[in-house]
Amino acid sequence: MTVWIAIAVTAAGCYLVKYLGLSAPAGVLERPLVKRLAALLPVALLAALTAQQTFGDGPHLVLDAKAAGVAAAALALALRAPFLLVIGVAVAVTAGVRALGM
Amino acid sequence: MAEQTEIRTSPRAAAPPPPPAKPDSAVVRDALGVGVAVGLSGFAFGVTSAGAGLGLLQTCALSLLVFTGASQFALVGALAAGGNPFTAAAGAFFLGARNAFYGLRLSAVLGYRARIRPLAAHWIIDETSAVALAQPDRRTARLGFTVTGLTLYTLWNLTTLIGALGAGALGDTDAWGLDAAAPAVFVALLAPMLKDGVERAAAGLAVVLVLVTLPLLPTGVPVLVSALAAPAVLLVQGRRERAAGSGAVRAAAAPSARPEGTAELRDATGEDRA
Repeated sequence: MTVWIAIAVTAAGCYLVKYLGLSAPAGVLERPLVKRLAALLPVALLAALTAQQTFGDGPHLVLDAKAAGVAAAALALALRAPFLLVIGVAVAVTAGVRALGM
Repeated sequence: MAEQTEIRTSPRAAAPPPPPAKPDSAVVRDALGVGVAVGLSGFAFGVTSAGAGLGLLQTCALSLLVFTGASQFALVGALAAGGNPFTAAAGAFFLGARNAFYGLRLSAVLGYRARIRPLAAHWIIDETSAVALAQPDRRTARLGFTVTGLTLYTLWNLTTLIGALGAGALGDTDAWGLDAAAPAVFVALLAPMLKDGVERAAAGLAVVLVLVTLPLLPTGVPVLVSALAAPAVLLVQGRRERAAGSGAVRAAAAPSARPEGTAELRDATGEDRA
């Protein structure tokens, strides 16, 4: 039951922020500062999410096979690999490094 | 066609040259690439959620109703760790709050009417926003958003179901490297956004903030704290522009740079080289 409560609260909250963002009055967006902020915030959030999911394990920082996988993905991106291949490289390298016991 | 491609009324709206045309096929190809790649990673969520002890219905409900990957992973992670439902939901909500900013940005780009917005809102996530925002005009932005959203939503829910059903057969999913899929997706989405020094500075500062606060703050909060990198970088940049524009008066008024300034300065010099 508690799990369903968590699901319901999360679903409602996550939908609401999406809808509120999309429905913000156009006047808000006219201000140059808001425009620049709205453009820059996703950059900051995506960078933070990448770092958190690569080096975070709950509240702890870890350096494990995932870091190697993400580094390989970045390299693949620099070599202009297509999206699916980039993800595939990350998964394969992570699995490979773990298989080697590192 | 009859779409209003220009709704702004600012005085300089008449001036900008039309952006270069992009063929629909290229937009669809990009959108499908993102939609398929990320949609397939619903498998990792299904496996993780089932592994965390959630039922099949609960796992599928999350993908159908929450539909924002990072929040879903955060929620099942917190529930598996024994968090109470409201703390777990708060963490997931904090992670999902960034979608409000995507929505804010997209509302002008997509220009959907009030009737469509409640439907379109559900599809606003990192990936659909990245694809839509990368397009040169409203028509292709809508096309990119719709194709990415449709593909990703369909596949994400389908693979969530398959993952949840097959979790038992896979055993240890980390051994398959599936936990690296999510950060790799974020890297792939982020890379094209790092166009100049300001963006790189914001990204760098955000990484520092999240890594420093991760061990100190509750789940989900560090990512929100890292969002402060955006206003911080804009503040430093605005100060420098004013200092350059109005001379020493402004520079004297501004005390020494704040700690965050160093990353920004370093990156700005990198930009000069590029």
